[in-house]
Amino acid sequence: MAPDATPDEPETGAGAPVAPRIVPVTTTLGPLRPTATSGQPADAFVEYCLRLADDRLVLGHRLSEWCGHAPILEEDIALANIALDLIGQAEAFFSVAAEAEGRGRTPDDFAYFRDDVAFRNAMLCELPNGDFGVTIARQFLWTALQVPFTKALSAASHAQLAGAAAKAHKEHVYHLRHAADWVLKLGDGTPESHARVQAALDGLWPYTDELFYADGVDAAVAALVGAPVVTALREDWARTVEAVLRQATLSVPVADWTPAGGRLGRHTEHLGHMLAEMQSLARAHPGAQW
Amino acid sequence: MDAPAAPADSQWPLWEVFTQEAQGAPHEHAGSVHAVDAEQALQNARDVFGRRGKVISLWVVPTEAIVASAPSDAGPFFDPGAEKAYRHPYFYKVPKGIRVY
Repeated sequence: MAPDATPDEPETGAGAPVAPRIVPVTTTLGPLRPTATSGQPADAFVEYCLRLADDRLVLGHRLSEWCGHAPILEEDIALANIALDLIGQAEAFFSVAAEAEGRGRTPDDFAYFRDDVAFRNAMLCELPNGDFGVTIARQFLWTALQVPFTKALSAASHAQLAGAAAKAHKEHVYHLRHAADWVLKLGDGTPESHARVQAALDGLWPYTDELFYADGVDAAVAALVGAPVVTALREDWARTVEAVLRQATLSVPVADWTPAGGRLGRHTEHLGHMLAEMQSLARAHPGAQW
Repeated sequence: MDAPAAPADSQWPLWEVFTQEAQGAPHEHAGSVHAVDAEQALQNARDVFGRRGKVISLWVVPTEAIVASAPSDAGPFFDPGAEKAYRHPYFYKVPKGIRVY
């Protein structure tokens, strides 16, 4: 295509003799501004619940992709159990959000009839499973935060939210035991398992920064019901993670870049593909029962 | 107990799982799991046998630590008891109100 032609669709570069010039999006759009589906919501409490629920739904779905593929039967069952725990937790937090929102939406509506830009999960949760080391490292890094977080959240003054958090806390304590045990076994195992789980940690580490993203939503809900602000738990998380990595003879990675945006609906390309599969049945047969 | 023998195949060592369903009830054999160590055996037992029922306690025991009677022992071990009804508490009246004993 000639340089002065005006494409009526975004230039993909497909079939072009030379690669298209890459222009950073900020130079064409100016600073990214929140939109209706990507930005500060009207109802901080609903948003807070959706962030909790979406982490769990997305990570739970990722784990469920292991069903039938785990290294041994017992581990297959363990991963599926954890996946079910997380999806159950997501349903509980969606229910809290739905009731607070008061628009008659159900947990299924949240799970199956929103597009990727409406999802509020941290990007760590949506990353592909990779090898078993990546899956375990991702699970360990995320769960190490959920244990202290859900404990703090179970003291919130909103009974339904606190109740869902208390139930989740018990499950997360077990999930962390499972993941930490595997980090030890892989890290302090064979040279190959050590190298793979270290590579997994190095690759995932930049995404952990987003777990500690907090904005006006967190401040508002902290003031409203005494919910925890995640930034206060960073040292707690680091202590847990570093202790296990040390024992596993693994080194603590250093992040030289830190992606962000998942909490505002800006995701990696992986989420859309995952949702396309996850939502296809519900969208092909809306309201189906079994 | 002898030193653990290397497994004959690529499977991890086998552990027998015992579950208890109520305080004071016996731990009963539920099945077996593969695991490389005791902690993993406990976790796998929890995931395979402890998640659906009302289990309150788990035991895991290396399968190779169990000494079992051989099928050929069955006659000498167990048959003599079959004809000696007087060894069983069949000749007592059960007090009213007792449903399980």
